[in-house]
Amino acid sequence: MTTIIDIQHLSKSFGTHEVLKDINFSVKKGEVVCIIGSSGSGKSTLLRCVNLLEQPSGGAIIYHNENILDNNHDINAYRTKLGMVFQQFNLFNNHNVLNNCVVGQVKVLKRSKEEAEKIAKKYLKVVGMDQYVNAKPKQLSGGQKQRVAIARALSMEPDVMLFDEPTSALDPEMVDEVLKVMKQLAESGLTMLIVTHEMGFAKEVSDWVVFMDQGVIAEEGTPEQIFNNPTGERTRTFLKRTLKTN
Amino acid sequence: MSFEWVVIIIQENWPMFLRGAGMTLLISLVGTIIGTIIGLLIGVIRTIPIPEHGAKKGMLKVLNAILSIYIEFFRGTPMIVQAMVIYYGSALAFGMDMDRIAAAIFIVSINTGAYMAEIVRGGIVSIDKGQFEAAHAIGMNHFQTMMNVVLPQTFRNILPATGNQFVINIKDTSVLNVISVSELFFQTKSIAGNNFRYFESFFVASILYLIMTFTVTRILRFVEKRMDGPDNYDLIKIGTNSRGEKI
Repeated sequence: MTTIIDIQHLSKSFGTHEVLKDINFSVKKGEVVCIIGSSGSGKSTLLRCVNLLEQPSGGAIIYHNENILDNNHDINAYRTKLGMVFQQFNLFNNHNVLNNCVVGQVKVLKRSKEEAEKIAKKYLKVVGMDQYVNAKPKQLSGGQKQRVAIARALSMEPDVMLFDEPTSALDPEMVDEVLKVMKQLAESGLTMLIVTHEMGFAKEVSDWVVFMDQGVIAEEGTPEQIFNNPTGERTRTFLKRTLKTN
Repeated sequence: MSFEWVVIIIQENWPMFLRGAGMTLLISLVGTIIGTIIGLLIGVIRTIPIPEHGAKKGMLKVLNAILSIYIEFFRGTPMIVQAMVIYYGSALAFGMDMDRIAAAIFIVSINTGAYMAEIVRGGIVSIDKGQFEAAHAIGMNHFQTMMNVVLPQTFRNILPATGNQFVINIKDTSVLNVISVSELFFQTKSIAGNNFRYFESFFVASILYLIMTFTVTRILRFVEKRMDGPDNYDLIKIGTNSRGEKI
């Protein structure tokens, strides 16, 4: 399998506070990688560093044999290749559902409006929101918003989808509708990098699990290794605690 | 006070009053629109993220400094003084006689621009950070983000403040009589100068000002409602036509 993104010695500091220390991992084509860990362990920051919403302090992000952190690299072109789904959905409030999925395609990818609408409708159908093309974001429930946000990211036809705790801001009964869509995407062979607190989901869909603790990758492996036979003490404590509360 | 005098003044001078009111509306409307555009442009420029190094950083810093001076100068001096300085200053400096109406529109525009710049900046800052992040995440640059996502929302948010500025401009164009622009106050002064009925003439002017400001306020309320759009939406029925038949 070809490696799509390779993170090498990545670090990130806010002032003197070091949030990420010497992070190394990679995402291969068609793979679903879940990043787990307690709050404040740096997993969201790591994901945001991958698409440069946070500027890493050091290290390299290799994408198609090029280091994205090189000075003259076209960041915007790189970002179109990564679909991002946020915890707070962040749908464009001034656009309806369809235009949320169209505006990026037309303005950034320079697709024609007709083509963009066709693609947008295709992905809105995938997430089950094709009936709502005329609705405004404020008229939707959290789960619906998140599904539209997923369709918006898919409409750009990215190489990798990044999910930043996509269900953490949702009511419990809406979590399932979003996880269902994500499972379906995982099965379709989409490459996904997911930060999540949903352990059951992570265990079920991921090909590779990364456990983060205090800004470092404490352990990584297949879901069987991490969830059934964790070697690290911190991994064990974390899993015991979260599985008890779940 | 004689009510008859008010009637007589209106009967004899209504074309002058109307021309004055029309001029006031023209100057304040064009001034507000251009001022808002100036404000939006400055708002976009001042929110460009400053890179950590390179030539772009220096350029942006200089540009921001110039814009700050512009804003401070025009917010910190009275428009009546600006009118004198710009009108007579341009005559002195370039030896040209500015067209009075053009000068009036110019003064109101840059004055409004200075106020709108701060209002727009406040409007942009108040937009949720997530909107910027989502736009950047799909590869939009600063200007695409502004044009397609942030400014449409900012524009809606600053509309009440813009309307307020428009109302202020309708009233404040009266100071432009110092450079003999034939707006409502100037016209009224001429009328009163002829008939020596100052109270009655300016009473008519005050009513005209009130009608203009009140109408503008109402129209803007309506526009705000229209911009918010309907609260309802229709679901698209998949696989059926408008009669509910399978297709």
